[in-house]
Amino acid sequence: MATESEAFWLHAGATVTIDELSTASGLTVMEIRELVEYGALTPVGEVTFSATCVACVRQAARLQRDLELEIPALALVLSFLERIETLELEVRKLTSKPR
Amino acid sequence: MKYKDYYAILGVQRGASADEIKKAYRKAAQKHHPDVSKEAGAEEKFKEVAEAYQTLKDPEKRAAYDQLGTGFREGEEFRPPPDWGERFHFRQGNGEAFSFDDLDLGDLFESLRGGARQAGRQRPIPGQDYEATIHLTLDEAHRGTEIDLAFEKPVKVRIPKGAADGQRLRLRGQGGKGINGGRDGDLYLNIVLHPHSLFRTSGHDLYLDLPLAPWEAALGATVEVPTLDGRVALKIPPDTAAGRKLRLARKGLAKPGGGEGDLYAVVQIVNPTVLGTRERSLFEELAKASRFDPRAHFAAEKTHGD
Repeated sequence: MATESEAFWLHAGATVTIDELSTASGLTVMEIRELVEYGALTPVGEVTFSATCVACVRQAARLQRDLELEIPALALVLSFLERIETLELEVRKLTSKPR
Repeated sequence: MKYKDYYAILGVQRGASADEIKKAYRKAAQKHHPDVSKEAGAEEKFKEVAEAYQTLKDPEKRAAYDQLGTGFREGEEFRPPPDWGERFHFRQGNGEAFSFDDLDLGDLFESLRGGARQAGRQRPIPGQDYEATIHLTLDEAHRGTEIDLAFEKPVKVRIPKGAADGQRLRLRGQGGKGINGGRDGDLYLNIVLHPHSLFRTSGHDLYLDLPLAPWEAALGATVEVPTLDGRVALKIPPDTAAGRKLRLARKGLAKPGGGEGDLYAVVQIVNPTVLGTRERSLFEELAKASRFDPRAHFAAEKTHGD
């Protein structure tokens, strides 16, 4: 059974290191650095990222692997995924308004 | 072992070039990828296509597959020709030749690289990460809860307090088991909060519509409002306008690592639906006495047709 110490909220206040992001997504550290160069990922420190990016980076990495995407396409996919996520959350916020 | 027609799955001829195979795979993958397609069965369809491609894109595996022959139908029980395993170096981890009876064709081809090129070497393989979306009520998110999930086997997962809508939780080591000393996979949970009958959320903050009678808003009052931790008294200052947000600090959802969001009571001014005789005469008196013009700002605006 899981204990709470193994549970980690990927929220805006938390960060992950570039190595953790690499393990979580299967992308190499070099590929993550390239995503930063393309502006698809913004580090919060020199080698740390907001934990909220983990889910989108994992999904983008899956698409890259399965659709054999080049890094520029991966960067584009990642920025679109993050935009979709933001908008979907916004829609949910608006539609969850009690009557 | 059941036969799988990898060429038919990809929709290409047996003599297709490597480029045609790649194109056919990419087309099918884009259509059926579970991260893209919302259709039922997309994941199974994608796995099928990916398995076919993994075998046909590798010249060595494709040659081995072609040697199986063409006389089989999709799903038909078959055995590879004699010596087939020998020729293509299919070996189990212990060096013995495979028994083909209980084998999946896809697993067999996946093992080809490990079997032929790395015979005897036990490479650590990390366990698979799992992902799931779970729905929680605001109370469950606020206090933490325990849920049952089933992947390879049922697991009980403790969700600590601190969830917000759309937030992810990573549970280290709760994914698939690693092989040959590889690390266990992680479990990623995507949290979706059920809509609540009174509160809506924005991150860890809560919003509550607070109906007030006109005189409560005008004169000020102390009213009881619900929170996730029970009812609290809220002081309404005199001259409170509709739409005003009254903040109840730290009465929102519990945050990860301690602290809470805030609760905002958003003022609505509500008239009685049916006026009693006395209420009506008091309103009539007020209407006569008051010089309040709620539409004063209309006059300042230049209107069309003037």
